[in-house]
Amino acid sequence: MTVQVASGVVSLWHRFRRNRAAVLGLAIMALIVLAAAFGPLLYPVDPFDMLGRPSTVPSQRFPLGTDVSGRDILAGLLHGARVSLLIGIAASLAATLVGLVVGALAGYFGGWLDAVLMRTTDFFLTIPSFVLAVLIVAIFQPSVLIITASIAVVSWPSVARLARAEFVSHQGRDYVDACRAMGMSNAEIMLRQILPNALPPVIVIASLMVATAILTESGLSFLGLGDPNIISWGYMIGVGRTVLRTAWWMSAIPGVTILITVLAINLVGEGLNEALNPRMRQR
Amino acid sequence: MSALLRVSDLTVEYDTLGGALRAVDGVSFTIAPGETVAIVGESGSGKSSIAHALLRLIPRASGRIAGGRIEFAGEDLAALPEHAMRRVRGARIGMIFQDPMMALNPVYTIGRQIAEPLLLHGSVPVRRAMDRVVELLTLVGVPAPEERIRQYPHNLSGGMRQRVMIAMALASGPRLLIADEPTTALDVTVQAQVLALVDELKARLGMAVLLITHDLAVVSEVAARVVVMYAGRKVEEGPVNEVFADPAHPYTRGLLAASDWSGDPRERLREIPGTVPALAELPEGCSFWPRCPDAEPRCRAARPAELASGARRASCVHAERIWRPS
Amino acid sequence: MTSRLSYVALRALQVIPAVLAIAVLNFILLHMAPGDAADVIAGLSGHASAEMTAELRRSFGLDQPLIVQFFVYIGRLLTLDLGISLIQSRPVVELIAERMGATLILMLTAIGVAVGIGLLLGILAALRHRSWTDTALSVLALVVYATPQFWLGLMLIVFFSITLDIFPSGGMRTIGAEFGPIHSVLDVARHLVLPAGTLGLFYVALYTRLMRTSMLDIMTLDYITTARAKGMSELRIAFTHAARNALLPIVTLLGVQVGHLLGGSILVETVFGWPGLGRLVLDALLQRDLVLLLGILFISSVVVVLTNLLVDVIYGLLDPRLARK
Ligand SMILES: Nc1ncnc2c1ncn2[C@@H]1O[C@H](COP(=O)(O)OP(=O)(O)O)[C@@H](O)[C@H]1O
Ligand SMILES: [Mg+2]
Repeated sequence: MTVQVASGVVSLWHRFRRNRAAVLGLAIMALIVLAAAFGPLLYPVDPFDMLGRPSTVPSQRFPLGTDVSGRDILAGLLHGARVSLLIGIAASLAATLVGLVVGALAGYFGGWLDAVLMRTTDFFLTIPSFVLAVLIVAIFQPSVLIITASIAVVSWPSVARLARAEFVSHQGRDYVDACRAMGMSNAEIMLRQILPNALPPVIVIASLMVATAILTESGLSFLGLGDPNIISWGYMIGVGRTVLRTAWWMSAIPGVTILITVLAINLVGEGLNEALNPRMRQR
Repeated sequence: MSALLRVSDLTVEYDTLGGALRAVDGVSFTIAPGETVAIVGESGSGKSSIAHALLRLIPRASGRIAGGRIEFAGEDLAALPEHAMRRVRGARIGMIFQDPMMALNPVYTIGRQIAEPLLLHGSVPVRRAMDRVVELLTLVGVPAPEERIRQYPHNLSGGMRQRVMIAMALASGPRLLIADEPTTALDVTVQAQVLALVDELKARLGMAVLLITHDLAVVSEVAARVVVMYAGRKVEEGPVNEVFADPAHPYTRGLLAASDWSGDPRERLREIPGTVPALAELPEGCSFWPRCPDAEPRCRAARPAELASGARRASCVHAERIWRPS
Repeated sequence: MTSRLSYVALRALQVIPAVLAIAVLNFILLHMAPGDAADVIAGLSGHASAEMTAELRRSFGLDQPLIVQFFVYIGRLLTLDLGISLIQSRPVVELIAERMGATLILMLTAIGVAVGIGLLLGILAALRHRSWTDTALSVLALVVYATPQFWLGLMLIVFFSITLDIFPSGGMRTIGAEFGPIHSVLDVARHLVLPAGTLGLFYVALYTRLMRTSMLDIMTLDYITTARAKGMSELRIAFTHAARNALLPIVTLLGVQVGHLLGGSILVETVFGWPGLGRLVLDALLQRDLVLLLGILFISSVVVVLTNLLVDVIYGLLDPRLARK
């Protein structure tokens, strides 16, 4: 079993490696993760401390300059990376889990359960997701947990749709009927038989969702709906905005950071898509 | 004899992950004005590739005409610039396809689709176009043509759709009609009607027909000559009655036996043993030898030369005793 | 024709449960907040007194059983009574109606221009499949997907307003200027360029990609070969036979995009001080005006539902096969 998994990973990597852009994305991702994990340790500056004169240009002491309150921008970026990645990954995981459960139940059992679950899913797809996320955060007060939850709430429907399609397509196949004939329980069939087959496209959409979640989080904190105790990239852009005329780089720097992060995740997602779903590779 | 179409050494290749595949390998044949020639062969033998190559319709992204000449009324189509080729397509050579549902655009009316070639080639003034479309629909036996022109493909039955395709191909009065398995997707009862229509129109309009089919019964009814394809190569060619009465190539013999076109319907079809080899792994020598009941060691050694006897041609070493190299 | 009419009517009927569901969601959100709605609203509004909370409780009918509250609330929403904004002391519907126009101008301009450009670029990319142009467009699209819209807006302000000074950096009209009718339209248009560009760029990228993929799928189909066999040029095939069919799956997606467009518009309006719904959201957030926020969610969701209806009807017109189903 472990051997199988290991060889599966190896062949996955071989296919992934063929897409050079995806490998580049993975390398950038690795750098960002390292920066988030160890950056604050190697560069131990509190991003909220007002250490220097406000709005200074990059210097020896402040490699990326200071913001309007004299806070170190580099420290902000490093701490912000933690928030962005944490919220992005956690929200995507939560949404994927919910979406998988909803989609699997709907696709496997069909009938009225399917109808109810999919109506609900479609309904959530029509609600303007950013407006809903804003409202949820506004009702409950901003915190990392609430922000993550609000993004998950608006993200799960697309996973549910995809998972349902996968489960529907597998549910009528011979091997599933055979399992049933052997007396396997529904839960066993869903988890052990269908799920592994349905997972690849779900993994792809989940990885791409991390990128969307990071963008949503930055939008929320730009609107002032970030966790007030934690620095984040969107918040930094908002701070820099007030001095756009005199110090444009203050907003430019965190924005470019978001762009690169999201781009890298999307590249990895596309690479995963090609490696996991080879049928779709031609284009 | 001055041929209308003279195809010589036509070679078609497709690009695949494993390299270039020869779907058509040095095929030659001719069609005289007003003549019906049939191409037969199992699925995958390269029939459609020939048809598409004649009109240069092989998608550039997937393959190309890798060699040969396609002389049509004295011009080599294979060497024609694209804009000149467009004046041949749909004007001097018409084409109909296997599945009329797929070959008609679902979002345009029948009338518009038949009028298109007329307008493209300036065969009629714009305000006369719809009158001409109605005439064409009448010609191909579509009832109530004035109503049909406003309908969409999905409103029509399979047989009617194929009639529409024929009307479209005939719109500009072509001298050659290429029909690629025109009845395969149709109900059995409709197949005969459509074929009879093609045959009748051919006589009436004096055009030549290249009929691609795997139905040998049809060939014996409508075609004067037949070209037998196997794995991208022409294995036999000749007048239909002669070829069917006394096939020279074991593959033709197998096809005839399998189709059982004249025999007792209760007799079980005899299949040719084995399957068509993948183009990527064609055997050395004659590509048919692994399935051939008469295979000998020399069949594997070299590709058999084409032998001739009168109007007939065959590429099989067993024809050697009676036939001469062509 | 009659079957098409009944299709439209049937589709229109589906709006009713959708709007009901939105109303239910609003009710749930209102009650999900910690404490009861009156506490929350009074608390959020910042100046809560005991009388005020009690007054709120009565005005919301919060002294009634939940089920009664539910039906009262739903009934109100369905008659477009979205309550009174606590801070601005005006009916929420009125506040939204005031701002809706500006948002619609921004959204329609952005999506209209973006879809137009995107479809053209998509056809171009498909025609030049695997060429330098195709690759460049793909790379650009990837970068655009990764760009936070509000940040793009800021950077466009830096470049076009601050550095080049060719477009205004905010607002919808030049303040204090007296224009004739034509000039005032031009004035709005000038103010519209940057926000609409910011909002639209994402959709240019999106529709380029969607149209490219859809075109590539269509171009392999038999009826395209038929068109070629008629002697039609590639360009003409692309813009007639192929484009018309390639549009079908994309039109359906347009409906889904409206919600996304609204979200983007909130951020972009905030950046450019565009006096629409987005600014209203920001004001509501700053003033903790939950009633107003809920009203905005309700109305914008209804807008999405209605747009979806419109899109489906357009689809029915584009695809003759639909009448049969
Ligand atoms: N676009 C293509 N790309 C790659 N291979 C192709 C393509 N079209 C046809 N082929 C291959 O060429 C061979 C001949 O196909 P075709 O001409 O369609 O044969 P037939 O019409 O006799 O069935 C087949 O092996 C087929 O797989
Ligand atoms: Mg064929």
